[in-house]
Amino acid sequence: MSTYAPLLHPHESVETGDRTMVLNMGPQHPSTHGVLRLVLEIDGEIVVNIAPDIGYLHTGIEKTCEAKFYQQVVPLTDRIDYLCPMTNNLAYCLAVEKLLELKLPPRAQWLRVLLNELTRIQSHLVWLGTHAMDLGALTIFLYCFREREEILRIFENISGQRMMTSYFRVGGIAMEPPLDFWPRVRAFLKKMPEKIDEYQNLLTGNPIFIHRLKNVGHLSAEDAIALGVTGPPLRASGVDWDLRRDMPYSGYENFQFKVPISQDCDVWARYVIRMEEMRESVKICLQALDGMPEGPIKANAPKVVLPDREKMKTQMESLIYHFKIVTEGFTVPAGEVYQAVESPRGEMGYYVVSDGTAKPFRVHMRNPSFATLQAMNKMCCGRLLADVVAVIGSIDIVLGEIDR
Amino acid sequence: MDTAPTPAETPEAAAPAEHFAVSTLNTWRPGCIDSVKTALRETTITLSREHLREACETLQAAGYNFLADVTCLDMIPSEPRFHVIYHLLSLARKERVRLKVPVNSTDAAVDTIIPVWPAANFYEREIFDLFGVRFGGHPNMRRIMMPEDWVGHPLRKDYPVEGYR
Repeated sequence: MSTYAPLLHPHESVETGDRTMVLNMGPQHPSTHGVLRLVLEIDGEIVVNIAPDIGYLHTGIEKTCEAKFYQQVVPLTDRIDYLCPMTNNLAYCLAVEKLLELKLPPRAQWLRVLLNELTRIQSHLVWLGTHAMDLGALTIFLYCFREREEILRIFENISGQRMMTSYFRVGGIAMEPPLDFWPRVRAFLKKMPEKIDEYQNLLTGNPIFIHRLKNVGHLSAEDAIALGVTGPPLRASGVDWDLRRDMPYSGYENFQFKVPISQDCDVWARYVIRMEEMRESVKICLQALDGMPEGPIKANAPKVVLPDREKMKTQMESLIYHFKIVTEGFTVPAGEVYQAVESPRGEMGYYVVSDGTAKPFRVHMRNPSFATLQAMNKMCCGRLLADVVAVIGSIDIVLGEIDR
Repeated sequence: MDTAPTPAETPEAAAPAEHFAVSTLNTWRPGCIDSVKTALRETTITLSREHLREACETLQAAGYNFLADVTCLDMIPSEPRFHVIYHLLSLARKERVRLKVPVNSTDAAVDTIIPVWPAANFYEREIFDLFGVRFGGHPNMRRIMMPEDWVGHPLRKDYPVEGYR
């Protein structure tokens, strides 16, 4: 973050003499999805150079993590990527569980998968609504937020919070979902496929939308890999890679789903892929609902997982554990792990280092948008200024996770 | 689960389970690896910073084509104080490896790996901003998160979480 307009990347600047001008876009620009500032060097309407200027939302979460107990970090992870709180919770919890070598009961894993896929649908709905709105299709925004609202109500139902759910615990899930959770999710999943058809009816045949998206923001597979791009933009560049399938975590190996890929490498391909991903997520959710195993939702680790309320009130030993965990936290064996999950935006990785105490020595988040933002230059240079808006929408940027 | 190695066995001697990245680096330049540690099904290779850039090129050619993450640890008060950590991923082998490069606080600098992976650009700037480790040859070594006129490097362990510096 800088206080004045920088003219960045000297190695990437193009010889254009005095023909170019510098245009500031953001940080309060509606189409930059948060507080992203782009300094654009333009030659007429053609973009010559882009320099993203980030840091406006930097809150030092990685530093704060070092002063918290392991469980207290979970609410911080929600706030990194506020569109997919469950995914962040999951990545962090998996990392700490790996350090603790905890084995989770199947029900906890399946519930986590179910909630993660609902989160993915929810996040993609926000992306679709705002992306289409940036390109002038205003109606779709309201349609998307209508369905998103239902998911948020489901989240409120289970966790008490619409967005910052903090529903996952190290070693399981906070509590058994309420009884009306199951029919609500099933009712939502039943109607979601036709809602996706509805969105596609509004957009896929729309000539303005097609012209704004097709052949815009080209990113080849080699560039995508070199620049660390992950998630839907990587798959839209023809790289068949999805962590859920290729490096499964939390029991994803038990689910059947397709990983949509496209060879088109443009903004349109990213649109198509995310729409298909929503359909696949619905299928995964249905499989999770149908095959939901019975059993406990917390690992059997009394020194890590808080005891049930009932046990805590009736058994002395549980009361002691409860007191210890709440006041002193739990210690984690020294070591380091890197755990990545497939967030709606790509590879969300948590690098957690423990020194054997009750507080993490270091928590580092590898954020998909942070890496994908570096590909802006490749995707926009030599193209029209108006395409920048389409490209920003297509990489589905969340500034909270970039700045942390 | 893995069989526990006998105490006499060094990690390098555990030949059957040797990680592909380790054998690649050992064939490329024997002795370039300072140590290998495998714990929790993750492999960490410690190298000196002189070998880093070429080791990255070698690993990239060997199939570790994706740079997932670059970060840093502040090990104060021990020396070398900083550990720069690289997480590499092989899309073909579906396998990760972690490179660790110790750096002394008196000369906290590492060569940039932007020529190998352009993705390193922002990560290296972030480490420079928050830890104060410089990356030699980086084209744009400026702060990325904190304001340009900020004093200090917030993620260092001697930088307080709250209160006055």
